[in-house]
Amino acid sequence: MSGEREPVSREESSTVAAVQEEAEAVALVPELLISDLLRYGVLLSLSLVTLGTLVTFLRHPDYLVSSEALQRLTAPHPVPHGLRDVVVGAMAARGQSFVMAGLLVMMAVPVMRVGLSLLIFRQQRDTVYVAITTAVLALLGLSFLLGAAE
Amino acid sequence: MTPFLFTLVVLCISMGAGLVGSLLGIGGGLILIPVLTLGLGVDIRYAVGASIISVIATSSGAAAAYVRERMANMRVAMFLELATTAGALSGAFLSGLVGGRGVYLVFGAVMAYSALVMLKRMGAREEAPVPADALADRLGLHGSYWDEALGREVPYRVTRPVAGLGLMYVAGTVSGLLGIGSGALKVPAMDLAMRLPLKVSTATSNFMIGVTAAASAGVYFARGQIDPFIAGPVCVGVTLGAWLGSRHLMGRVNNTWLRGLFVVVLLWVAWEMLRKGWVS
Repeated sequence: MSGEREPVSREESSTVAAVQEEAEAVALVPELLISDLLRYGVLLSLSLVTLGTLVTFLRHPDYLVSSEALQRLTAPHPVPHGLRDVVVGAMAARGQSFVMAGLLVMMAVPVMRVGLSLLIFRQQRDTVYVAITTAVLALLGLSFLLGAAE
Repeated sequence: MTPFLFTLVVLCISMGAGLVGSLLGIGGGLILIPVLTLGLGVDIRYAVGASIISVIATSSGAAAAYVRERMANMRVAMFLELATTAGALSGAFLSGLVGGRGVYLVFGAVMAYSALVMLKRMGAREEAPVPADALADRLGLHGSYWDEALGREVPYRVTRPVAGLGLMYVAGTVSGLLGIGSGALKVPAMDLAMRLPLKVSTATSNFMIGVTAAASAGVYFARGQIDPFIAGPVCVGVTLGAWLGSRHLMGRVNNTWLRGLFVVVLLWVAWEMLRKGWVS
């Protein structure tokens, strides 16, 4: 008798544990998702910036010796400030365009974080926060649009 | 100085700024901008552009940890980001209007104020019961956090969300104008006005700073103020420094002593900035 009962109770306890684990995993998901998004976004951006810097110095050996080049680089000058410029530059393997692409990824990380929060609030059917998050996202979009229109 | 040496110097200074910043709970921008402009002769508009990127980097890195530990209150953050992003937009546009001189003057004033806030925070503050607030209830802003020292979950209540919103608009404007995270303005707003526990305020402020900075970074990018040659090494350096500081140095240094030293440095730099804005 006891031999028959044992597997049942073990099965029961394992399903209880599984349910508990599942509940815990579901509760943890939003925080973990956001945390991972932030972490990997920053890593990707830093890799692009480092790669771009290396390419720049490989392609411009004079940057290692000439001090005139610095004045050209730090004086006020036009900087690529359209998405198209950055993409074209990156295609031509221009180091500074890779750096710029990395910086753009960095700028996109918080925006994506807000977008992810919007999805999470929507899934939780939290209408007040869906509205708040949408407004924040709209303000962020506005900053890029207004800046470009200036 | 060759461009290569310049990159190395900027990288090292940024690492130092990130390290010190992470120990003091402020972004590196407050340290970085004066060094770049006064020390290396970088145009203040490019320095501000580089700083805003480093602010996003440190905030995102730190927030990843705070969110995992559930120290940051994500609902409070989302609600207040309404005001900080609106403020950041205003500030970034304002910086185009007031020009370099105005930026120096405001920067000096904010630095002096930050120094005073840090000085004040070195003393203890009294605890009074948190008044009830209907809007805070409606928005579900209250929360709890795990206190390592007490070894238990500590619940807290939030009050005066509208006052918080107003203060955050100001903090956002300053952030957009100067390219700093303005955590020194955000933390007191949550801590003193909305009565969040200091640890939660610090974590939530860190979490919010990235979004505030992204709003002004968009404007700076479109305006051509983000120069990859300067912003690149700054971004990498500050992130490495902040990571080193929070991982390996936190808890090993005497905080009170460090804060005291920092207040002196802040006041001196504020004086230099104000003078430069006045004379030029």
